[in-house]
Amino acid sequence: MTRLFSQFKTILTLSWRNLWRNHRRTGIMLGAISVGVWAMIFMTALMRGMVDDMLNQGISNLPGHIQIQHPEFLDDPSVVNSIDEPRGDLLAALENNGVRVWANRIKVPAVIMSERESRGINLIGIEPVSEADISGVPARISKGRFLESNQDKGLVIGAKLAERLETRLGKRVVITSQDPDNNLAERGFRVIGIYRAELAAQEESNVYAARGTLQDLLKIEGRVSQIVLVDDDYRNVESLYRRVAAATPAGLEVKPWYEIDTYLAVMFNMMDGFVLIWVIIIFLALSFGLVNTLVMAIFERVREIGLIQALGMRPGLIVYQILLESLMLLLIGLIVGNMLALVTIKPLEDGLDVSVVAEGMAMMGAGSVIYPSLTLYDVVLANVVVILLGILTSILPAWRASRLDPVRALNTH
Amino acid sequence: MSSIRCRQLCKTFKQGDEIITGLDHVDIDIEEGEFVCLSGPSGSGKTTLLNAIGGLDTPDSGEIHMGDIRIDRLERGPLADMRLHHIGFVFQSYNLIPVLSARENVEFVMQVQGVPAAQRSRKSLEILREVGLEGMENRRPAQLSGGQQQRVAVARAIVTHPDLVLADEPTANLDSVAASHLMDLFVELNQHHRITFVIATHDKRVMSYARRLIKMQDGKIISDEPQ
Ligand SMILES: Nc1ncnc2c1ncn2[C@@H]1O[C@H](COP(=O)(O)OP(=O)(O)O)[C@@H](O)[C@H]1O
Ligand SMILES: [Mg+2]
Repeated sequence: MTRLFSQFKTILTLSWRNLWRNHRRTGIMLGAISVGVWAMIFMTALMRGMVDDMLNQGISNLPGHIQIQHPEFLDDPSVVNSIDEPRGDLLAALENNGVRVWANRIKVPAVIMSERESRGINLIGIEPVSEADISGVPARISKGRFLESNQDKGLVIGAKLAERLETRLGKRVVITSQDPDNNLAERGFRVIGIYRAELAAQEESNVYAARGTLQDLLKIEGRVSQIVLVDDDYRNVESLYRRVAAATPAGLEVKPWYEIDTYLAVMFNMMDGFVLIWVIIIFLALSFGLVNTLVMAIFERVREIGLIQALGMRPGLIVYQILLESLMLLLIGLIVGNMLALVTIKPLEDGLDVSVVAEGMAMMGAGSVIYPSLTLYDVVLANVVVILLGILTSILPAWRASRLDPVRALNTH
Repeated sequence: MSSIRCRQLCKTFKQGDEIITGLDHVDIDIEEGEFVCLSGPSGSGKTTLLNAIGGLDTPDSGEIHMGDIRIDRLERGPLADMRLHHIGFVFQSYNLIPVLSARENVEFVMQVQGVPAAQRSRKSLEILREVGLEGMENRRPAQLSGGQQQRVAVARAIVTHPDLVLADEPTANLDSVAASHLMDLFVELNQHHRITFVIATHDKRVMSYARRLIKMQDGKIISDEPQ
């Protein structure tokens, strides 16, 4: 035990001093590792932030983390495929299970007409109290106000749609749809609010009215299209999903967001893979430098390696010495790289405005401001990859150094 | 452990198409506490023989025994252990680890052996004083003269009281004052600590210290006489 400790101290001293023997080379390599680690963490945080934003937006367009609806509804969102408002077990599950927000929604195809134009739209009946947490539309009102009660008689439309209809705040429009018996359901509304959305398509197609008002219009007293739930974190809805599914009456369909929109699910699932690939690509770039540094460091002291072999240092201990040297280099690089990442991400907490290039981003469903998302998982991943793969790539040079022929090594000048 | 028996040692080197004889059927016995000089012209096989005895190089054929152990068959690891615990080396030059101070160089072998720090420190200071380097303990090799470096190497070779010290042309880079200092030191250590010395040299001054002189030529022992 004391011998192992003593040997460890020996190679610790050798490694540390050898590391600083060639300041320039060590400095360059440290710089490379630091920048590499910074790039791993910083870019990952940006990517995560972007994807997070896309997913949040995608989910708020669905909307909700979990939806309960008629099994046919997603394929055919007509008023025929409506369901009863929750009652009994389901209501109890929604009320008492720590669901952050839940709401009834109505969504039917309809036609909106102004004095000049008419267009097909999604007519959405919402409950104003919870809508901020579900679709976020209340926060994006640019003119007028959002709906205030379940019986509000107003209508909220997107800015783009207002433009297309050549109408504006305070004007009246007519909405036409069908009731379950295929009778025409028609009603005049006053435009009380205009909202903006990241996606023009959404502004153009989603029109919001109060849930009660639409139930009257469509003659579906006590029935809705969907029950929508939002929990604290979209990444973690599994257990809520199971509890709600258990309480949902037969004949209804319960779906989490990742089953409703498989594109979002793919994006979400691929993210970890992307991060890993990104981290490994940077590592590969670094590994050439690392191996080169080690090979040079060993080449420069072949004689000494012969000497310590002659003095009775076992080959294994020589391997450890060189690995330790590599580990020190990696650790210092990691510390600097992590700190660089932290200090560069910190000031961007309030968002990095990328509106200059935002048009392309908006197409992918992201906002024009990225909020870098620094996760412990990503930081640990970058550090673990650098250390593990760094040690792994150092093994071969270290092993070869330990197998040098001592006589030849001693005669090298 | 310390008596050495070499039987029919042969070693050849290939250099291009040429085959060079390093050792040609060498037989020697060296007893514990001897002070032996290996002499002979350059290329006669002195270094090759020392390396074989020290387990740095393996002969093509023949046997080398140290005490009861046949060392020419040992693996790298056990050979390293044998050197660590039983043999001290002094080479012609560049004997020291440049990143370690004189004292750390002396402590190096003890540290690998696992000698406790306090004991290491006491022994290294003592031995450095003995070789006349008091006050220079913390200097790095680059801050020492060639003679001082050789003395550090000697201090390191003997501080663990090995059974055998193998010195290859230890005075080659020293002026005559430094050389005689070093040889006096060898003689003293040989007498006080009963350490066996085998010194390869073609330096006449060194040979004059020998109590047994082995002459080599073309890889063969041509004479072996007490002095
Ligand atoms: N690694 C080697 N490759 C080729 N020839 C070698 C090698 N080592 C030693 N020799 C040759 O072996 C012979 C003996 O060398 P050596 O033992 O170094 O002699 P000495 O130490 O007496 O000068 C010399 O001819 C030398 O050139
Ligand atoms: Mg020689």
